[in-house]
Amino acid sequence: MEKFLSYVPLLIEGLKVTLAIFTCALVVATLFAIVAGTVRFSGPKWLSRPVAALVEFFRGTSCFVQLFWCFYALPLFGLTLTPFMTSVIVLGLNVGSFGSEVVRGALEAVPKGQIEAARALNYSPLKSFLHILMPQAMRIAIRPAANLMVDLLKLTPLTSLVTVNELTRNAMVMRNQTGSTLGTLLCIFAVYFLLSSLIYFVMNRLEVHFIHRKAVRAASTRVAA
Amino acid sequence: MIWNTDFAISILPKLLKGLLITLQATAGGTLLALVLGLVLALSARSGSVLLARSAYGVTELLRRTPLLVHLYLLFFALPEIGIVLPRLTAGILALGLHTGSYMAAVYQSGIDAVPKGQWEAAQALGYSRFDKWTRIILPQAIPMMIPSLGNYVLLMFKESAILSVIAVPEAMQTAMSIGNQTYRYFEAVTVVGLLYLAISLPVAAALRALETRLAVTRQ
Repeated sequence: MEKFLSYVPLLIEGLKVTLAIFTCALVVATLFAIVAGTVRFSGPKWLSRPVAALVEFFRGTSCFVQLFWCFYALPLFGLTLTPFMTSVIVLGLNVGSFGSEVVRGALEAVPKGQIEAARALNYSPLKSFLHILMPQAMRIAIRPAANLMVDLLKLTPLTSLVTVNELTRNAMVMRNQTGSTLGTLLCIFAVYFLLSSLIYFVMNRLEVHFIHRKAVRAASTRVAA
Repeated sequence: MIWNTDFAISILPKLLKGLLITLQATAGGTLLALVLGLVLALSARSGSVLLARSAYGVTELLRRTPLLVHLYLLFFALPEIGIVLPRLTAGILALGLHTGSYMAAVYQSGIDAVPKGQWEAAQALGYSRFDKWTRIILPQAIPMMIPSLGNYVLLMFKESAILSVIAVPEAMQTAMSIGNQTYRYFEAVTVVGLLYLAISLPVAAALRALETRLAVTRQ
């Protein structure tokens, strides 16, 4: 037990890196998902075709293969990134590709009458997109987004294979030095489970918050009318 | 010149052999996942609180934790308590458990999509519990699920590359060992990526077509 405890700082160090990858990749994924999803929803063909090809490429192979490909291939093209940066970009674009389909689906799920009403009220296309379409689509996308965030978290251990010192890698170091495999692995198993549960908890709260607020607003307008 | 076409072609037979192991692992994992998913879904819909709770617990434990950690647990930790699994078996188990937890949700929504009248009719006609499931509910539910189940099989096929970390000689592991021997990782990993795409893109397109057709016939 004593021996076990002395490795806790190592695991916490790893957890910090895992959270850093998760956060950075989440930013990349969100941006990519919104841009690519919007382009595929309403962009011009010359732009949406290549975006679709990129998305299909990322969806057609596993993150694992993409990670190794970028790790070995990018330096050959003169692009030398740290393993951390490579991981953030690959994980971000991979999850972002799946996210772009969510965004596209959510945009398509907003009733057409909303856009027509915005046009009737003389909203500019940009304004109707930002103020009418996006807020409603976001609400629809919260639940699938929560699943994708958990998927992203579950992809972070792959970065240990391209030498990023995150939680799983540090746990394997600890395993080699303490000789206790089961205890170490169950420990990080629990950590990942708690982190995923936290993501679901926060996203559920967010969903309740938005839908509740919408319901309250709807009720108050009914009263006013 | 960074890309050597002759070399890429010369490693193709080896990689195809690896791909065969990949397909083998996917087939084994699919079988396990289909059974596990069904068991979990039936437990969740069994009406027994204890069964339903434990099915939920198992599903969520598997779904909220990374596949790599499952693989490490099965391959590195189980020997500590006296269970030593061959590499491929550990890999198939990890893939099957992980995907099975996702398939449970697919089965559940498929079962829920069977119209209420069918359940009532089965009851009214005096079908036993077993006959109700095997003759009325599942035969109607399963065809609707095929595209979703297929998507998870495809996902598993792609994810099986991860088995290379425990040195299962599948496609990705073959590519890595070619890289180790020749230092030509670029060709090896690129060709493997193309092989994955060559299988996953047509299958994904076929599943989409099937989904559309099922949606049309249902209407």
